[in-house]
Amino acid sequence: MEKVYDKVSFTSKTSPTGYCPGCGHGTAHKLFASALEHFNLRDKTVLIYPVGCGGLAMPWINVNVIGAAHGRAGAIATAIKRTNPDNFVISYQGDGDLAAIGTAETIHAANRGENITVIFINNANFGMTGGQMAPTTMLGQTATTAQSGRSLEEHGAPLRMAEMIATLDAPKYVARFALHDAKNILKAQQGIMKAVELQVKGEGYSFVELLSMCPTNWKKSPADCAAYMDEAVLKAFPLGVFKDVK
Amino acid sequence: MSKEFIKGNEAIAEAAVRAGCRFFAGYPITPQNEVPEYLSARLPEVGGHFIQGESEIASVYMVFGVAATGIRSMTSSSGPGFALKAEGISFLAGGQIPAVLVNVSRGGPAIGTIEPAQQDYFSAVHAPAPGGFRCFVLAPQNVQEAADFVYEAFDIADKYRTPVYVLADGMIGNMMEVVELPKMRDLADLPSNDSWRFNKYNDDGTARILSTYMPMGELMQNKNKEMAAMYETWEKEEQRWEEYMIDDAEYIVTAYGSSARIAKSAVKELRAEGIKVGLIRAITLYPFPKDAFDKLDYTKVKKMFCAEMSIPGQYIYDVQNAVLGRSEIIPIQTSGGVIMETDMVVAAVKENL
Repeated sequence: MEKVYDKVSFTSKTSPTGYCPGCGHGTAHKLFASALEHFNLRDKTVLIYPVGCGGLAMPWINVNVIGAAHGRAGAIATAIKRTNPDNFVISYQGDGDLAAIGTAETIHAANRGENITVIFINNANFGMTGGQMAPTTMLGQTATTAQSGRSLEEHGAPLRMAEMIATLDAPKYVARFALHDAKNILKAQQGIMKAVELQVKGEGYSFVELLSMCPTNWKKSPADCAAYMDEAVLKAFPLGVFKDVK
Repeated sequence: MSKEFIKGNEAIAEAAVRAGCRFFAGYPITPQNEVPEYLSARLPEVGGHFIQGESEIASVYMVFGVAATGIRSMTSSSGPGFALKAEGISFLAGGQIPAVLVNVSRGGPAIGTIEPAQQDYFSAVHAPAPGGFRCFVLAPQNVQEAADFVYEAFDIADKYRTPVYVLADGMIGNMMEVVELPKMRDLADLPSNDSWRFNKYNDDGTARILSTYMPMGELMQNKNKEMAAMYETWEKEEQRWEEYMIDDAEYIVTAYGSSARIAKSAVKELRAEGIKVGLIRAITLYPFPKDAFDKLDYTKVKKMFCAEMSIPGQYIYDVQNAVLGRSEIIPIQTSGGVIMETDMVVAAVKENL
């Protein structure tokens, strides 16, 4: 019988990714690792890991990794790709990292049109440090540093990174997907495949934002998180492909 | 070897290229702008890469990433820029990544002045960033040494897998002098980086993880002990200094960098008047040349003088820590872009005979 499913060959057969039940990081990892395997990129890959929950899967995935300081992946990815064009350079970043402390590096790498692939996990809070307000925290959503909920007057509206980056001239592919159900995960897989393929072909910068559940800090069960995604998160962060330059 | 009449910042840049530097990232700041300007044109000529970062912070992390792939890399700035680069320097040290950092120093604190000063001594020598690590710090006194030290800094960085810091100042960076530039290195002759560069898989197929995060048990402490052992090796084996007319000296002036060059002129003038004065010039600021001060015969030394272009003094603390009360040490200081003058040093010595 034909084998239709297997684990990615260069991920751990024994240990889990290390994420909380219901968290989207594990799914996101599976998706980008599958894309690397599909394009036979494992031996070329340089994975830039962030500070935050994103880096917890370091022992799970057997590819060369460089640990960036909080927010600096855009600069590191730029320079490694320019000087090592044979490496496949992928940065994996959360919303505190990419959209708060690393906004400048993120925008400038995108604006230069670096030939890199950026995977952005948006779970609307700082996960690892315990649920503080992120630039992506939604209006009214509570956080440990915005205990009455994010307010437009005090905090401003959440940053929509994909839309912002899509306004720049250079990026080739900018899209947002969600990870809370099978249908959306399949779409996300296709988007990530596309982003990876663009770099392989040397065509330039791609940015894939993945809306992810954070049951621990949202203080909801995974099932309730999935419902909250449809009720609130997807309304604040509409899904779609914002830029796709042929 | 041919000699060239060249500006300090350009000599620094060309020496880096000749040492095998093939990547530079930096951000504009006076008085070091000719370093990135020169390299933006020069590096592509030799197959290297130049990036003007969107910030000092981005620039140092660009160097962090590229140096971690084994390519000789450098960044330069001045004091305010080094404050912003601090975290990245800590990542270079923590990641044991060889890289060269050039500070063409100016007056401070804060924006301060764009004129030359030696007010980044603490910053370079004792506190480049959080975490308590050290950089190997070299202090040139003229354009020739700026070129030579930058050239050698890449070898020291590779030897110890550490950031090496060249602390120059705006005078050295902006002065033109006749310089014999070092020879162009063949990249094939550089030491192999295959054992450590992170973008190469191990022979058994396992991945390399370059992470400075070590949260479990005693990993971080053990790493820090290894680093401390390396710093001890530097202190034993790598101290460098220059002595000038020390043997019969009753008065000793000590200084580093541009101040030392000025102090040497003062020593010559004083000697011409029959005053027995000598100079100790620190060349490595870390490891500090303690041995130069330890081996003095303090029964002959009447007084010491510490000249630096910093108010409050900074270098003087390391001098005091080396002299350990065996002699009085009289400070001679300027600051904020006021250049030390030979006459100042001469007058200070004469007042204290």
